[in-house]
Amino acid sequence: MLNLFGVDLLLSLPLAVPALTAACYALPGRRPVTGWAGMLSPAAILTSATTLAATVPGHGPVRAWGHLLRADALAVWMLLVVGAIATLAVAAGPAYLAGERDAGTVGDIAARRYCLLVHAFLTAMALAVLAENLGVLWVAVEATTVVTAFLVGHRRTRASVEAAWKYVVICSVGIALAFLGTVLLYYAARQAGLSEAAALDWPTLAARAHQLDPDTTRLGFGLIVLGFGAKAGLVPLHAWLPDAHSQAPAPVSALMSGVLLSVSFTAVLRYKVIADAALGTGFARLLLTGTSLLTLALAAGLLLAQRDYKRMLAYSSMEHMSLIALGAAVGSPLAIAAVLLHIAGHGLAKTVAFCSAGQILQLRRTTRIGRLRGLLGQAPTLGAAFGLAVVALLGLPPFSLFASEVGIARAGFAAGLGVPISAALFLVLAAFAALVLRSTRMLLGPPPTVPTGTGAVSPPVRIGATAAAPLLLGLLACAALGITTGPLTDLLHTAATVIGGH
Amino acid sequence: MGTGLYTQLLDLACGVFLIAAVLVLWYRELSAIVRVFAMQGVALGVIGLLLGLHEQRWGLVGIAVGVSVLRAGVLPYLMRRSLTAAGQTRETQPLVNVAASLLTAAALTLLAYAAAQPLVQLAPSPATRALPVGLAVVLIGFFALVTRRRAISQIVGFLLLDNGITASAFLATSGVPLIVELGVAFDLLLAVLVLQLLTLRMRTAFGDTDLDDLRELHD
Repeated sequence: MLNLFGVDLLLSLPLAVPALTAACYALPGRRPVTGWAGMLSPAAILTSATTLAATVPGHGPVRAWGHLLRADALAVWMLLVVGAIATLAVAAGPAYLAGERDAGTVGDIAARRYCLLVHAFLTAMALAVLAENLGVLWVAVEATTVVTAFLVGHRRTRASVEAAWKYVVICSVGIALAFLGTVLLYYAARQAGLSEAAALDWPTLAARAHQLDPDTTRLGFGLIVLGFGAKAGLVPLHAWLPDAHSQAPAPVSALMSGVLLSVSFTAVLRYKVIADAALGTGFARLLLTGTSLLTLALAAGLLLAQRDYKRMLAYSSMEHMSLIALGAAVGSPLAIAAVLLHIAGHGLAKTVAFCSAGQILQLRRTTRIGRLRGLLGQAPTLGAAFGLAVVALLGLPPFSLFASEVGIARAGFAAGLGVPISAALFLVLAAFAALVLRSTRMLLGPPPTVPTGTGAVSPPVRIGATAAAPLLLGLLACAALGITTGPLTDLLHTAATVIGGH
Repeated sequence: MGTGLYTQLLDLACGVFLIAAVLVLWYRELSAIVRVFAMQGVALGVIGLLLGLHEQRWGLVGIAVGVSVLRAGVLPYLMRRSLTAAGQTRETQPLVNVAASLLTAAALTLLAYAAAQPLVQLAPSPATRALPVGLAVVLIGFFALVTRRRAISQIVGFLLLDNGITASAFLATSGVPLIVELGVAFDLLLAVLVLQLLTLRMRTAFGDTDLDDLRELHD
């Protein structure tokens, strides 16, 4: 059993280390940026998460700093996801920065700013996951918008300024609506007799949610789904996502897609517990099913017409987020376990996909699918990593997205949601076809010839071990999760009961 | 302060708050829009102040003062500065003309009143009866955001929406807890600074801040 001081330290670690790392990058000085020092913060997040994963399922939630931080099984699971993806994305950072430096697009100052913002982003994500107070959760999610805006717009081209503008405006509006929803729930909670301190405290609110006024809660939860849904890439405020994901540096796209979307969606999961208790499960189910099917239809349609591989990956993120929303709509413990597994698997696979797409971009200088041929021939390791990541995203075994998609479908049929689940499977099939067609086009075919015109095939390009290691590690982790959840099984089931325990 | 006077003053402040939002749709001069926005910030501060004095909650009085400084002082100052930097003074033809905008504002206000009925009935008091005003400003701000084409008037639209939310928070619950309020203010300030910087970059990249130029990215 952890003593009190140990808990304080353990829960502060994932916040303090990234914050301090960010502060170090902010210090003035002319030292060259060493990317590997940045590995400290993902290591801190993972250390804290694994220690908590060993204790929380047995001993129940732990608290630190009064009512500020709290780790229940859901928070620990998300912390593990944040830590794992951060490890891959931060490890991919030095190779990315070296590539940009060679191309002359990133100087010393820009590299420092990049590192600073990435670590500030990790701090905000860890806070969002560990916050007990729903207001603090909101502040942390909103902070990510501000932090990542400069990462999206870092290249200062017309396209990236446009993407950053859309990103800040749409996400700020969305998150402002989520704040209005939070205020309405706070109002309902105060009228139900909760004290000022307890009215936004998640465990208290969840325990007394049945006393909340249904009309106010309904309006509040609708705004919450709209608002946090905007940051999770769900319809109708999704328009920022393909632009921002295609313009951001590859490791940042990976973090946004793997961590930011799913952490925002966990906020919806937390509010869903309250809404279910106050309104019955019907309202949240209707709202989430509708949103997820609309998002899925849009993503599948745009995937079919896609000609840019980074945008293709962005729409695939929307596809997976809508599956996650559909699983949440089903809401049984089995469905929530599948949702959480899907969050982890999608995060890992998408990180590998985006990081390898970033290297493909540095290799070929184009994001058009039509101009890429024979990647496997030209750069075998890179092509294989990208191809395997797409295979994982398609939901094929042994990768964990297979297990979680089957889990969501099974839970959906068991809960009597056969029609929406069938519709979703049909749309997923369309997305599957689009992804297969586009990526085989990129990977197969003859490798490009040497531009001298002799027709000779250029020798295969090797990517260095530092660039290849994160890709390989991500694929391995995703496959391992698909075969067994091993020591994490308890944690996953406890987390599923926290949200789906009705 | 007597209850009658308090109710009258509160209603007056809420009226000014709503009218300021409508005036933003009316004006075409960008500097006038910023002035009206500052006036709305003052009205918002007064709403908080009245509630704080009435309920004798001195923390709320402090928050109200902070809110006015931020929304009637700092934010308009930042926007005026970026107006001078961008060198533009007029909104180009908005997507919806002024007369239609005003009619829409009226319709949105009615909608807000209808939607807020359950909220008012939950705890009827002079403050919650004014709650629809906050929601109306949220809707009007959203409308301004989607129909205006200058970067600066889009920012004003976003800030109107945010003012509406703050007013709703004041009127429904006498404000959210201090830590959340501080977080909100800090995030808002940063978001505006980010947008201001992006406006400048946009000017460097496009030579203009007309958002119609933003059409590089599409499917």
